[in-house]
Amino acid sequence: MGSQGGFGQSKEFLDLVKSIGEARSKSEEDRIILGEIETLKRRIVEPDIPKRKMKEYIIRLVYVEMLGHDASFGYIHAVKMTHDDSLLLKRTGYLAVTLFLNEDHDLIILIVNTIQKDLRSDNYLVVCAALNAVCRLINEETIPAVLPQVVELLGHAKEAVRKKAVMALHRFYQKSPASVLHLISNFRKTLCDKDPGVMGATLCPLFDLVTIDVKSFKDLVISFISILKQVAERRLPKSYDYHQMPAPFIQIKLLKVLALLGSGDKQASEQMYTVLGDVFKKCDTSCNIGNAVLYECICCVSCIYPNTKLLETAADAISKFLKSDTHNLKYMGIDALGRLIKISPDIAEQHQLAVIDCLEDPDDTLKRKTFELLYKMTKSTNVNVIVDRMIDYMISINDNHYKTEIASRCVELAEQFAPSNHWFIQTMNKVFEHAGDLVNIKVAHNLMRLIAEGFGEDDDTTDSQLRSSAVESYLRIIAEPKLPSVFLQMICWVLGEYGTTDGKYSASYITGKLCDVAEAYSNDETVKAYAITALMKLYAYEIAAGRKVDILPECQSLIEELSVSHSTDLQQRAYELQALIGLDACAVESVMPSDASCEDIEIDKSLSFLNHYVQESLEKGAQPYIPESERTGMLNISSFRNEDHHEASMHGLRFEAYELPKPMVPSKSPVTYTPSTELVPVPEPSYSREVHTSTAVPSISNSGSTELKLRLDGVQKKWGRPSYSSGSTSTSESSSQKTVNGVAQTESVSTSTSRAQATSSFDLKKPQVEISPEKQRLAASLFGGPIKTDKRPTSSKVVKSSSHATEKPPVAKAADTASEKSTPVQPPPDLLDLGEPTVTSSAPLIDPFKQLEGLLDQGENVSAPNHGAVNANKASDVMSLYVEIAASGQSGGAVNPVPTNGDDMLSGLSGMGIRTASPGGPAGSSPLSKGPNLRDALEKDALVRQMGVTPTSQNPNLFKDLLG
Amino acid sequence: MIHFVLLISRQGKVRLTKWYSAYPQKERTKVIREISGEVLARGPKLCNFVEWRGLKVVYRRYASLYFCMCINQDDNELEVLEIIHHYVETLDRYFGSVCELDLIFNFHKAYYILDELLLAGELQESSKKTVARLIAGQDALVETAKEEANSISNIIAQASK
Repeated sequence: MGSQGGFGQSKEFLDLVKSIGEARSKSEEDRIILGEIETLKRRIVEPDIPKRKMKEYIIRLVYVEMLGHDASFGYIHAVKMTHDDSLLLKRTGYLAVTLFLNEDHDLIILIVNTIQKDLRSDNYLVVCAALNAVCRLINEETIPAVLPQVVELLGHAKEAVRKKAVMALHRFYQKSPASVLHLISNFRKTLCDKDPGVMGATLCPLFDLVTIDVKSFKDLVISFISILKQVAERRLPKSYDYHQMPAPFIQIKLLKVLALLGSGDKQASEQMYTVLGDVFKKCDTSCNIGNAVLYECICCVSCIYPNTKLLETAADAISKFLKSDTHNLKYMGIDALGRLIKISPDIAEQHQLAVIDCLEDPDDTLKRKTFELLYKMTKSTNVNVIVDRMIDYMISINDNHYKTEIASRCVELAEQFAPSNHWFIQTMNKVFEHAGDLVNIKVAHNLMRLIAEGFGEDDDTTDSQLRSSAVESYLRIIAEPKLPSVFLQMICWVLGEYGTTDGKYSASYITGKLCDVAEAYSNDETVKAYAITALMKLYAYEIAAGRKVDILPECQSLIEELSVSHSTDLQQRAYELQALIGLDACAVESVMPSDASCEDIEIDKSLSFLNHYVQESLEKGAQPYIPESERTGMLNISSFRNEDHHEASMHGLRFEAYELPKPMVPSKSPVTYTPSTELVPVPEPSYSREVHTSTAVPSISNSGSTELKLRLDGVQKKWGRPSYSSGSTSTSESSSQKTVNGVAQTESVSTSTSRAQATSSFDLKKPQVEISPEKQRLAASLFGGPIKTDKRPTSSKVVKSSSHATEKPPVAKAADTASEKSTPVQPPPDLLDLGEPTVTSSAPLIDPFKQLEGLLDQGENVSAPNHGAVNANKASDVMSLYVEIAASGQSGGAVNPVPTNGDDMLSGLSGMGIRTASPGGPAGSSPLSKGPNLRDALEKDALVRQMGVTPTSQNPNLFKDLLG
Repeated sequence: MIHFVLLISRQGKVRLTKWYSAYPQKERTKVIREISGEVLARGPKLCNFVEWRGLKVVYRRYASLYFCMCINQDDNELEVLEIIHHYVETLDRYFGSVCELDLIFNFHKAYYILDELLLAGELQESSKKTVARLIAGQDALVETAKEEANSISNIIAQASK
């Protein structure tokens, strides 16, 4: 005991905590902790460590781990400590293992036995400690080891044990539902437990169970309703009250369960209406917890079978939330609005200005929530406004997680509601430009397909207009630095297909751009592959059109560079391009027909076009083909290859085993040429078909040698980029050929909308100065312009000003009144700060120690009357606590004469005692206004100063009351 | 469900961490860094909620200490805000005008109290009185253990004289 300071730990540990507290940088902190780890590693293995010492080591390990360092060397000691007989040590051991170990840790098996023993203990505190550990450490495998005991504990005499047993079963259910399914009836029993704590805990598992299977719990609706009623009527013990609300946490859980049970069930819902109305009424909206219950009521009402009256109440509550000054309530209001809007879509209109305020709020959280709401209320009439806003916001943020989410939402909305194709493409371009790496590659393929196929209308001119507008926009965008890879791939593809079709741009211009791309993104092979294929298409188009092709020097160098590339794919593309340029117009035309990306490919699986050749060979005495059925045991590559042409997925898995290596047969066929058919990406399926016919012949003729070579090919894939050419692109392309345009639901509404917008904005601009016209316009475009329609019949000015009156005041008020309520802790300048030696300006004369002395003086005679002004009973409480500390310190010193900190403590105390003699009274008078808290804090202050901890200017708030 | 509880000081120092969902040690450090970056940077009048990796972090500042709890998308934020307050009130009752320093030196006690309040990521007890009673029960046991230890050492001391 003598070795212990005021906080119950050794000097060494206090010093550690202190030095961490004073560390000025993370690296300094790390250095200290690493030193501590070394110390602990050494100490913890010493023989015969007293248990008390060991306990402290374990706590120090917890501290080390809490600060983010690895303390795994000590885990085993924590595990050992759980075996100890003394609850004090056992509790520390359990605390440490629950903090250290995840449920899949190897050491857990060593604890299970102890847990089993402890669950059987007579001491309910031991059982509780074990149950705490059960909740954290028991995994699917070990559940059976403790399950029977936990179930038994549901009937334990102590409610604390029953409650924890319920929670443990809940945890088991989450981990492995099957293991406890037969025990569900137990939850029904504990729901009727006489202790409200046990009942409240039971609601957690029941909520999960009801979520999964509503039907089998319908019979409990009545029970839940009656419990909620009792809670709302304050029948529970007073101790469950929280800020004058009767058991609000239990109410919230009940409301959640009821929402599930009432969803889509008219009969069950009708039973709830009365009690819900009651709860609504009884919510105290002046405090946070009241609003929490209120919010849960709204959620419940919007889930269950709708009731007009309750919906109205809910709508009122929402408007209160939205008009509130605090951001928290606005946030909840927006969320609740999003829920209610599903049932009554009109409700949003009356809150449009509030919603727009939230949208423009500097608070990101609120903004995001509002975007979520907008996402829920998007229609074809307001899609452009909403998506534009979303994209603007998307551009402005850095958080990749949310960026991905909002990008996918933009895509979804655009696909669903796009008013025009042109808008759709523009929108997608923006999404790609700013979040290209985060969107699904499928979106890019959809867009390519859309551009290629047009919109399913017969009108070719609109399609070609669309294409040229796409080309134009891409040529503009391509100059931007740092575009995402997916977007570049798409740009290359579109430029290759349609870059020169409308004759506006020359081939050399486009090819120049493509070369720039390939050069600028030289470490992105996929982009380079797309670029060079696009070049090939452009040249093919030129050749076919009979124009002379002059290859730009940079193109030439690109081709040369790629033809010696490490990537076989790029190399091959480069060779193909070179070969293609040498062909005549007629051949090129058939190899690369222009704009053939949407053409269906017919696949001749029987290879009937070879019949003639086969016949000829047979006549010349060649071996006849062995039918496939007889070939199963043999490795026959040629059959494989033929299929590979058609189904890229065949690349994925090869079921045949590799043969043993054969002595190399000198190969005759050109290596690079044979696999060409495989590696060609299939953006133009017709092209690949053509190539296929031409190469198929040689590949059959020397299938023996290719066998070996192919294996090489497989090996090479290990190092090169694995399967770009065959994987993503070709499959998606082929799917695009099959399906018919599923993207664009063209909505002819668009033009009329924009016109309506224009008129409405014009309408609103003139008389409205107070609410910015911009905001009005936004509101009109978001909410379908109800302001405008409302106002037409009456004289517009009057209505507008009234609308201003209803909507605006809360915003105006927000400025001043909010401050105290909204921020949780904004205490007035705390007197405790004066205890800080560095603060001088405000009251330099008051010495904190003198204050303290004054207080201690009063403390000597506990019943001193001068506490009258303050909370008397708390004060005495505090004093008794103080006396306790002093006493324990002294007795400790007497018993255990180790002269370390205990002595310091004592001398410190006596020092204080001496100093009390000096006059300190007057100093204490003014700070007393803060009541007992101050004295308490000062005592703590004195205590830590004794230990040598001084608050630095870094953190003057260390002593400040958390509750202010 | 609550995935984890963090106590971070204004300076970004960790005062307490409790993980109810599985996060490996490396991930934990990252999570703490990310969250303290997000939360500490926020102004005083904004929402007490931050969206984070598809989850939500509800935080509340007491003096210079931030209490953060990470919850699911569909949980009730206001409720969690009050769970935090409930915890602080319980701490206050236990320590008597709790201040950050109490938690710095007695973090293990803060853990014990948290364990009586939350279990497996759910609120297990909403009555402060019950929590206080349980903690007091444990402490009493600790006290008797100490006394026993003292009396034994007394005996030994006397015997060895």
